Amino acid sequence: MSTPLLRVEALSVSIDTAEREIRPLDEVSFELNEGETFVLLGESGCGKSMTALSLMRLLPEGGHITRGSIELQGHDLCAVTEAEMRAVRGGAIAMIFQEPGTSLNPVLTIGTQLNEVLSLHRQLEGRAAFAEAERLLNAVGIPDAARRLGEYPMQLSGGMKQRVMIAMALAGDPRLLIADEPTTALDVTIQAQVLTLLAELQRSRQMGMLLITHDLGVVAQVADRVGVMYAGHLVEIASREQFFAAAAHPYSRKLFEALPEGRRDAGPLATIPGSVPPLDKVFTGCRFADRCPHKYERCDIEPPAWHIAPEGQQVRCHLYDPAEKVDRTSTQEAKPEIRSSNEEPLAQTETPLLEVRNLRVHFPIKRGLLQRTVGCVKAVDGIDFSLHAGKTLALVGESGCGKTTTGKALLNLIPANDGDILFRGTRLDPNRPQNWQAARKQLQMVFQDPFGSLNPRMRVAEIIEEGLIALGLEPERSARRTRVEQIVQQVGLRADMLDRYPHEFSGGQRQRIAIARALAVSPRLIVCDEPTSALDVSVQAQVLNLMRDLQQQLGLAYLFITHNISVVEYLADDIAVMYLGRIVEYGPARAVLNTPQHPYTQALLAAAPRIAAGTQSKIISATAVQGDLPSAAKQPSGCHFHARCPRAEARCHVESPELAPCKEGQWVSCHFVQHVGEPKPS
Amino acid sequence: MMPVLLISDVLLFVLIALTVTGLVFAARREPIRRAWRNVLSDPIAMAALAVLMVFVTGAILDSLHFRRALPPAAVVAPAATTAPASTMTSAKTYYSVEVESLLDVALGDPRARREKSYSAPFAHTLFERQSVDLGDGRRARQYPRLKYGAAQLKDPEHDKASDIASRAAWGVTAALGCVCVMGLLIGGGIARRHRIPLRVALHRLCEGETVLAWRAFLASSTILLVVLVPLLFLSMHYHVFGTDRVGNDLFHYAFKAMRTALLIGTLTSLVTLPLGIGFGIAAGYIGGWVDDAVQYIYTVISSIPYVLLIAASVLLMQVVIQSHDAWFDTAAARADARLVSLCLIIGAISWTSLCRLMRAEALKLRELDYVQAARAFGVTPLSIMRRHILPNAFHIVLITLVLDFSGLVLAEAVLSYVGVGVDAATISYGSMINSARAELARDPMVWWQIATAFVFMVSLVLAANLFADAVREAFDPRGQGATRRRLRRRPA
Repeated sequence: MSTPLLRVEALSVSIDTAEREIRPLDEVSFELNEGETFVLLGESGCGKSMTALSLMRLLPEGGHITRGSIELQGHDLCAVTEAEMRAVRGGAIAMIFQEPGTSLNPVLTIGTQLNEVLSLHRQLEGRAAFAEAERLLNAVGIPDAARRLGEYPMQLSGGMKQRVMIAMALAGDPRLLIADEPTTALDVTIQAQVLTLLAELQRSRQMGMLLITHDLGVVAQVADRVGVMYAGHLVEIASREQFFAAAAHPYSRKLFEALPEGRRDAGPLATIPGSVPPLDKVFTGCRFADRCPHKYERCDIEPPAWHIAPEGQQVRCHLYDPAEKVDRTSTQEAKPEIRSSNEEPLAQTETPLLEVRNLRVHFPIKRGLLQRTVGCVKAVDGIDFSLHAGKTLALVGESGCGKTTTGKALLNLIPANDGDILFRGTRLDPNRPQNWQAARKQLQMVFQDPFGSLNPRMRVAEIIEEGLIALGLEPERSARRTRVEQIVQQVGLRADMLDRYPHEFSGGQRQRIAIARALAVSPRLIVCDEPTSALDVSVQAQVLNLMRDLQQQLGLAYLFITHNISVVEYLADDIAVMYLGRIVEYGPARAVLNTPQHPYTQALLAAAPRIAAGTQSKIISATAVQGDLPSAAKQPSGCHFHARCPRAEARCHVESPELAPCKEGQWVSCHFVQHVGEPKPS
Repeated sequence: MMPVLLISDVLLFVLIALTVTGLVFAARREPIRRAWRNVLSDPIAMAALAVLMVFVTGAILDSLHFRRALPPAAVVAPAATTAPASTMTSAKTYYSVEVESLLDVALGDPRARREKSYSAPFAHTLFERQSVDLGDGRRARQYPRLKYGAAQLKDPEHDKASDIASRAAWGVTAALGCVCVMGLLIGGGIARRHRIPLRVALHRLCEGETVLAWRAFLASSTILLVVLVPLLFLSMHYHVFGTDRVGNDLFHYAFKAMRTALLIGTLTSLVTLPLGIGFGIAAGYIGGWVDDAVQYIYTVISSIPYVLLIAASVLLMQVVIQSHDAWFDTAAARADARLVSLCLIIGAISWTSLCRLMRAEALKLRELDYVQAARAFGVTPLSIMRRHILPNAFHIVLITLVLDFSGLVLAEAVLSYVGVGVDAATISYGSMINSARAELARDPMVWWQIATAFVFMVSLVLAANLFADAVREAFDPRGQGATRRRLRRRPA
């Protein structure tokens, strides 16, 4: 075989700061061939992005390559001058970043930004450059490319911006494309589109692609080969089939086990105790040893070398040393017992804990000198659902569909324009604060971002007891302290952590604190707004386990707002799928997931990357929906979904379907579904 | 002796008390303490702090006012002529109408050293010739000897240089002595805190290896002491900075003006803080018509030229003060009332910038999840603003406070120059510059008055700015204040 496109040999990077030296990369070696996709997988803080940056020689201030070599098509990139390196960046190597919103300059048109790259790397100017820019936009699937060239980034949606970023990366005709979490900030349907696009482009141009992700589903969809990173080390290199058939390294295996996908009744998820070690310390043994279930004496003493696992992948673990006689298949942990499945819905005669009827939240759009209302954003447009004690209702949908607004309207954080919220049969009147004050003890919320939801100037104890004080639940100081300590232990933290500040905690611990804060007032229902989407997989598993335990112990009901289908699968009893402020499908989790009826639900489920696909040959899902979510300010007529629906007919353009029961057991609003009952009167 | 408490003294002491309380509070809060530690580990900030401490000491000494008791004989005469009840006078002590401060005592009685007119620094004669009666009936125009400056010398032409040198040498010796004592005290403090021998502590101090930048502090204090102490020694017998038009000693005046500058810089913030914080947070958090109202007010205020607005308000206050002479028992009290009212007026006008910043910050913070979480608990808006918004926006208050300080000191100078500043009896850098401007045109030039005011004001403003810079860097969350990027040097 000829020389690989990219050969990285024993690459080590260190960053000097005033206090200490950090070594984010240590002896990283891999190869990447033309037309191949190599995926770097790992949790945050493992050195994935640092690898990409050092390939471009764009290390942060104080960072430098201490040893190793980077060879691109046989040329050593460590040896070239900075001026020559500038020609490589954007030329031979192009990079796509995670956040398309901030990667484009907001004050320049798309055309100007594309032309900049074209004139730098391809010496194209004027008319020729514009023609090429148009061709590139067409290539990345942007319709009406000529007009788009004159537009500004703010006029494009997130998915479009990422396509433009890809077009810019392609402008220099790169041999190697580095994509650093290119779809993490996008919705699943858009993610599927972008991944498909990347795979197609790579195939047609025979580029090498280095993709960085934390999402096993993405790996399953696009990878040829996989490299697992942990604490600055590559710990496993395998082909996709090998990797998904039998991941070798204990860390890789843990990543799989921590996934909630398809594990509805399988009991608690596997978690990895502890966290990624700080990279400024000197490691003597295996870096994963402290968190590894298979650890033995040798792991602490000697750093493992590369070995070949039975399926043929390379792995850096003592267990695969031919000299070792260890049974590596058996896990010491006992398999957790299967949770008794309790699928029968509760007797429907019982009053639901929460009932929402025809909830509407509209935000007026004000324009002009006199701030006249010229229209409104129908964020939530007449939704109904109910939730029983001890159950979980998942509210699923893409960003901008009104999930979070619904959650906040339930707590009166955003005033609802219309509709009734019934809690245990009594109506909560937004105009009667005393009525709400009582409900606040019952209704609480956990937020998405564990870093933004805790006041950085308050100690943990103060944060947790705030609700108790505000609602006057434990007026006495010592009793309050006891209560707080008890709750903190309930969520798996230690009482001595109470006097610390939030910044001393990791993401998962912070989310535990946020849950403790909500639990402090003993609520019956917690609205969880994407509580795990900012967390790594292993930490997500911890939080999901905790939430499930708490539900079983305390009989809590959750309204779980998420876009992550696999989390829904694990936790939800009922599912409501939202699209543009309306519920399009609503019913028991099993029915909705197994026999989705609405085309949108089907598309959403198809677009979600699944690890089950990993063992099969690479397939690009063809059922992915096209286009973007329309703006809620300009709602389409008729069925909201008709513009993106593969089955849309003339009727869908004018007539809005009602939510009505169908024979599989769920309620669906679609003209094509055989309804078996009457729609709810609204 | 009767202690006198002027309004501004009271306010200054209140301010000091507030600062001390604030520091005690900050010392218990780890994030704030860490930020302050960052400030104080910056050598430039520590050097600036030493300069600021000189000014603060001067201001505090000058704020301890009193009136001397008059000798009884001097009282009886007027009392006998005006009041028939002369029997009362023996029992009652009368006090001088002159209000003095501790600083006046420390620097020597200013009245005793007043010359007739201008004299250059270290001069022994007046700057201008005057007709002098030679005693035998003849008159001549010559440079008269000063009453006070170099009065101890028989032959100033011949002896002055050596006299100055020897006094300066004594001063430098004393200053170095002070530095040694300070070094030992700081070293001792470090030794006790870290439980290390004094020798090690002193070594670390000299190498600049202490956590706080004590070496820079010591170096800056050394320079200050070596300059100021000899000047102080010499000022007992010379006018080291010369005298002004009516013969006042400018060295004394430069020290007296410290208090005015600091008061303007700090008292004004006592007014701006509640207005800026209160209106800003209310506008940002509550929104709606409150926001509209606050925005209209500050837009209107900030669109009127501030000199115009202040001039109008000051003239108004002046009329009020003049028509109510009975409110003030001394001229000092009246001048002080005008100073305080000037602070109030500047404060009432300059809260807008802080308000704008606080509003923007509150707008940002109100959308954060922890504020939402507090609202979900039904926490009242007032306590959300107090517990969640204010502490998280407080770095802005602090940064604006220190950055505005130097601007206010300069504003006073500008206003006094224009003539709407402090009372003529109040000594300030602005009024010193104002009275010096006419003399800049004459030949030979009277340069020392403006030079003195300039050097002192620049040192104060520069030190304040440098210190403010360090504070801003340490508290600004965007500036990554917690981990200031000081790269370790690598061997190439």
